Amino acid sequence: MDKLRFVPAGDKAFVIELGAGISPEINRTVHNLLLAIEKQGIPGVLDMVPTYRSILINYDPLTLPPNELEERVRELTQDLDEAPPAASRVVELPTVYGNDHGNDLGYVAEYNGLTEEEVIALHSGTDYLVYMMGFTPGFTYLGGMPEKIATPRLQTPRTVIPAGSVGIAERQTGVYPIESPGGWQLIGRTPVRLFDPSKQPPVIAEPGDYIRFVPVSPEEYRRILEEVGNGVYQAASYPAE
Amino acid sequence: MDVLEVLDGGMFTTVQDLGRYGYQRYGVPVSGAMDTFALRAANLMVGNREGDAGLEMTLAGPHLRFLDETVVAITGADLMPALDGKPVPVWQAVAVQKGAELQFHGIRDGVRAYLAIAGGVGVPPMLGSRSTYTRAKIGGLEGRALVHGDRIAVSTGMDRVEGRRFPRGASPRYGHTHRLRVTPGQQYDAFTEQGIETFLSSSYTVTPRSDRIGYRLEGSPIEHKTGADIVSDGIPLGAVQVTGDGMPIVLLSDRGTTGGYTKIATVISADIMRLAQAAPGDVVTFPRATLQEAHAALLEQESLIQEIRKGPSVVFARHRLSIRVNDREYIAETGLSEAIETAAESKTLHASLHDETHTFTVEVDGKSSA
Repeated sequence: MDKLRFVPAGDKAFVIELGAGISPEINRTVHNLLLAIEKQGIPGVLDMVPTYRSILINYDPLTLPPNELEERVRELTQDLDEAPPAASRVVELPTVYGNDHGNDLGYVAEYNGLTEEEVIALHSGTDYLVYMMGFTPGFTYLGGMPEKIATPRLQTPRTVIPAGSVGIAERQTGVYPIESPGGWQLIGRTPVRLFDPSKQPPVIAEPGDYIRFVPVSPEEYRRILEEVGNGVYQAASYPAE
Repeated sequence: MDVLEVLDGGMFTTVQDLGRYGYQRYGVPVSGAMDTFALRAANLMVGNREGDAGLEMTLAGPHLRFLDETVVAITGADLMPALDGKPVPVWQAVAVQKGAELQFHGIRDGVRAYLAIAGGVGVPPMLGSRSTYTRAKIGGLEGRALVHGDRIAVSTGMDRVEGRRFPRGASPRYGHTHRLRVTPGQQYDAFTEQGIETFLSSSYTVTPRSDRIGYRLEGSPIEHKTGADIVSDGIPLGAVQVTGDGMPIVLLSDRGTTGGYTKIATVISADIMRLAQAAPGDVVTFPRATLQEAHAALLEQESLIQEIRKGPSVVFARHRLSIRVNDREYIAETGLSEAIETAAESKTLHASLHDETHTFTVEVDGKSSA
């Protein structure tokens, strides 16, 4: 790792940067390093926050001196590869597009000179890498959206966006895991709970996994919503290639 | 069993422990007490573990009724607590009778007070913590602040409670100017020399837009080299984020786990409690510290916490004071409150002791010898 940087982030945390920009390759080294650190079970490591190209490590300096932690982490970076983590999966998110479930689908189509069907086909035709989570519990920063459907944010953000709303903002797509305000163009909605604190883990995809949106009918949406409500729904997933 | 009934929730009273670790990678904030020092101290004084849950009370405290006798400690801000109208000593264990009512009558110092109850607040843990995070409605009581009619249980019974007090004269005073020592932040390099100089040498005012997520400050704008946007990275406790307008925000317990703005510095862990007790209008400064100084300050704070563990204490049983003399246990037929006040004040308690065959009158001091 030639671009490795260790940056102190206060007296109980530091950041390891594994590269300069946003790319699947750099991001994979992030997830691989996180797994390697966890496997080591270094005492004094309290919590880690993996992001696009870095990991924030929270540690207890009274148990683990920072130089010792840095040394141990540096060792683990010796043979990091850029292959997807072995456990990486593709998780399917059934999504109903348009109408009341995605008020801005028409605008996104018009803005890009496409039909609504073409927007749906493009949006649901890709596996999106979960680069990282943040912003709100269970919010996934996804990579890989086709530029053909990129659309600017709303001029005026909505005050309430229902949980499960699927949106587009510039060249990003994502799902609102909990009800919140927001300015994304809403194109659809998934009945699946992206954040469920009663589950372990509380999210349906891990950082480093992939998400694939699968178009469903409003009837199918309601059926799944009921299953989710009864706690019997299992999101379909399969190993990433 | 319920021990507390909420008659009035106050301005913003939540259940908090030391935070929810292990889920930041899923975007779940740590949450937890804003002033962990005060919560840990309160817990230790009532015989709890440091990490047990207590109540965090903000500015206008709640009105609470006790449904059973227990032992509590109030620490942090001085919000002028009173039990049945009588002022309650803070930073020490206090016995409370069944039916007693606790109210808070004003703000003398600080912003956030903590109430620890023997046994710890007994809401079910969620993702490994009892801390309330209201934005996602998790933890605490239904993920929200306390309201009229809530009832609160304790986690464990109170068969043994150690009543303690904070080392005399060592309890914090917060005031209205706060020195928050800082170490360089992740994007220290994103600021001009002038910008860094401004930040380290100016005074900033706490704005009303300050809460558990973070404290927004106002003052001299801090100059960036090129801009405030970065590739999002993780946010540690106490990160000082500077957005495009040049104003600093110090990120605290409920902060988002990641963010896309430059962070010029991090407030050292030992000084976070100072900011947690700062009110709108207060003035803060950011003197520079080294990592070594930060760790030394942390160690110093830990030794104060350890002082509480070692401090004078009396061991109580639920309805009686049990005392060992020559390996023999005697039961003092005194009320709980009398016994605890004795421990706290280090006065001498005259109690009548008995076992099956003998009755003695003994003197008991704060260290429970006889």
